[in-house]
Amino acid sequence: MYKLTGVTKRYTRGKDTVEALRGVDLAIEDGDQLVIQGPTGGGKSTLLQMIGGLDRPSAGSVELDGVDLASISEAKLTRLRAEKIGIIFQAFNLIPTLTAQENVETALVPLGVKPAERRERAAEALRSVGLGERLAHVPSEMSGGQQQRVAIARALVKKPKVLLADEPTGNLDEGTRDDIMGLLEGLWHEYGLTFVMVTHDSSIARRAPRLATIEAGRITLTERGDGRAASPQRQAPHGDGHARQPGLPQYAQQQYDGRGY
Amino acid sequence: MFGIYLKRELSRRKKAALVIALGLALGIALVITVNSVSAGMQQAQDKVLKSLYGLGTDMTVTKARSAPSGSASDRPKFDFDAKSDSSKKQSSDRVMTQGGQALKSSLVAKVAAQKGVANAVGALSLNVTKVDGSFTQGKAKSGTTQQQGGPGGGQSGDSGAPQVQGGGASFDVNSYSVAGVDVTDQDLGPLATSKITTGATFTAAQANAKVAVVSKSYAKENKYKVGKTLKISGTKYTIIGIATPDSSDSTTDVYLPLKQAQTLGDAKNQVTTIYVKATDSQQIDTVKATIQKNISGTTVTTSADLADTVSGSLSTASNLATSVGKWLSVAVLVAAFLVAALLTSSAVSRRVREFGTLKALGWPSRKVTRQVVGESVVNGLLGGALGIALGLGAAYAVTAISPKLTAELGSTGGMGGGMGGPGGGGPGGQTASAAKNTLEIALSAPVSATTIALAAGLAIAGGLVAGAMGGWRASRMRPADALRSVS
Repeated sequence: MYKLTGVTKRYTRGKDTVEALRGVDLAIEDGDQLVIQGPTGGGKSTLLQMIGGLDRPSAGSVELDGVDLASISEAKLTRLRAEKIGIIFQAFNLIPTLTAQENVETALVPLGVKPAERRERAAEALRSVGLGERLAHVPSEMSGGQQQRVAIARALVKKPKVLLADEPTGNLDEGTRDDIMGLLEGLWHEYGLTFVMVTHDSSIARRAPRLATIEAGRITLTERGDGRAASPQRQAPHGDGHARQPGLPQYAQQQYDGRGY
Repeated sequence: MFGIYLKRELSRRKKAALVIALGLALGIALVITVNSVSAGMQQAQDKVLKSLYGLGTDMTVTKARSAPSGSASDRPKFDFDAKSDSSKKQSSDRVMTQGGQALKSSLVAKVAAQKGVANAVGALSLNVTKVDGSFTQGKAKSGTTQQQGGPGGGQSGDSGAPQVQGGGASFDVNSYSVAGVDVTDQDLGPLATSKITTGATFTAAQANAKVAVVSKSYAKENKYKVGKTLKISGTKYTIIGIATPDSSDSTTDVYLPLKQAQTLGDAKNQVTTIYVKATDSQQIDTVKATIQKNISGTTVTTSADLADTVSGSLSTASNLATSVGKWLSVAVLVAAFLVAALLTSSAVSRRVREFGTLKALGWPSRKVTRQVVGESVVNGLLGGALGIALGLGAAYAVTAISPKLTAELGSTGGMGGGMGGPGGGGPGGQTASAAKNTLEIALSAPVSATTIALAAGLAIAGGLVAGAMGGWRASRMRPADALRSVS
């Protein structure tokens, strides 16, 4: 589980200092879904960076399963990101020169997975998000929705404990947005991932079981229900804390319940 | 993944890769060209110097002539008798040592015994001035009486007296050089720069034999062939070989065994030049100092000293290649490295999100840096290959065009030195031509394996320099940049 205590982040530019986060306290249980919303510049992405170990707080602590991400070495933090955290970006952030399969493989490189196994797992992940026919395509040959699916496959291929998404539907049209959200919700339900998502989209935020609103660096939490995936398919994590993932679900079988956003 | 990523980046960003590679290629091509032209200049200079010295000779030991004594016996002197037979042809050879004051033969062994000397051989350089022709008697006319005038066409002073008409003298002056060769060691000395193309060279048994080897040009000019005889100062020598010099500038016409040359030049147990080979070519200056210290009064001339006497377009071009050319290639290379480094660094800046993403995915900095350096080194190798091709093309073009360079040789030391005998005797034309020998040499631009290795090394270094700069930037990127930079 995550435990954030008094997390403060200051950015200094010349003589000016901006406080992006001001003493944020937050707990996220394993398997929780948390949606972070707020105005631009309010500190949403900064909070996501702290949770994802992409940046360190100026003050306070960010504990994941008892390990303080703010104080461990850079090498340990890098390793932790490689093993436990999957990230999805608004702009997809795929390597433009690599194929879909190779892009997914990049997530397995720091784990030292052998090339043959890497290729097989990447292909399986892509098939599970409905891109089995697009393995050899480069990003420029795919639509925005398809590129985001590649990014989702890349985030999940390493079987992470935590899935972070920074405005995953920000660059997509409404139809594709529903499609991607359906896929993410389905994955969360199925694997019981801890899922933290930043969004501007109020229709997504309205349906979130747990909503954190950040404004001027301060957080306000709104609870709806227990914030946990209620799906009977949800599986308990392994002994090592990783969500069990015998293989990603076939997208065709994981159509969301059609609620729409 | 490293290889796949590298391949994809280079194949899908061809233009950027080509720009970096071309920048490096230009610098490397210039280095190869300047290097090969410099090597060509060096070869041309070596060729010139070898003609002065001899193959394998590191230095020569001579002794400068002392001030002319003014003694009449030292100057060329020709005695012709007035003879009654007006049509009789008369001939006289004058043999003089040239190339400095004579040294005792025993000095050769002394020089050979010096520290750092591998071998020393003595040689005697002579100049033969041959004057031949005849006097024509004048005829005195006075009425019916005829009186003969003396040789030289003397005539009486009175207008009414019998007058001498006609008469005079016609003489050819011919000068050629003779070298006395130590027949026991011909790898060093005057004959070392020539190949025997017809007949044979001297054998050890011919140390005092009346045999001669003549240069090809001299043989052609005088229609000498192997087996014929050559007469110098009344002594007949059988021609046993024709020598073709390695370069066109050899100034020796006739080679004789050393003892014969000593007899001919009235210089028993004397030599004019000692040819020296050092044990280590890097220690020539030390050996020179040793000889000068232990054998006083001698002049030791090394190839470096001789190189200073070479002037003309060869010297100018050589200086240009070694100074301007080298600095130019260094400047272009540094510029190429900088451009490659800046372009690589700029490429990294454009890929902030890409590298930030990899870091966010858990790629350690070293893996990201390795990727950037790898791409850069491949770019460098590509630039190296292009540069080598361009450089080889330029060197080939220089060799194909073969620009002609002239080298003017000064008169410092060596066998090719001037003849300036005591009192400035000797035909002026000969002195001038020997003192200032102009050669024309075609420039080539040989490319050695070392140059290619240097180019390959530079290419890798260029790639590493550029990669280090780009890699350093990439390693400093934070994973959070992947989220921030949205283009």
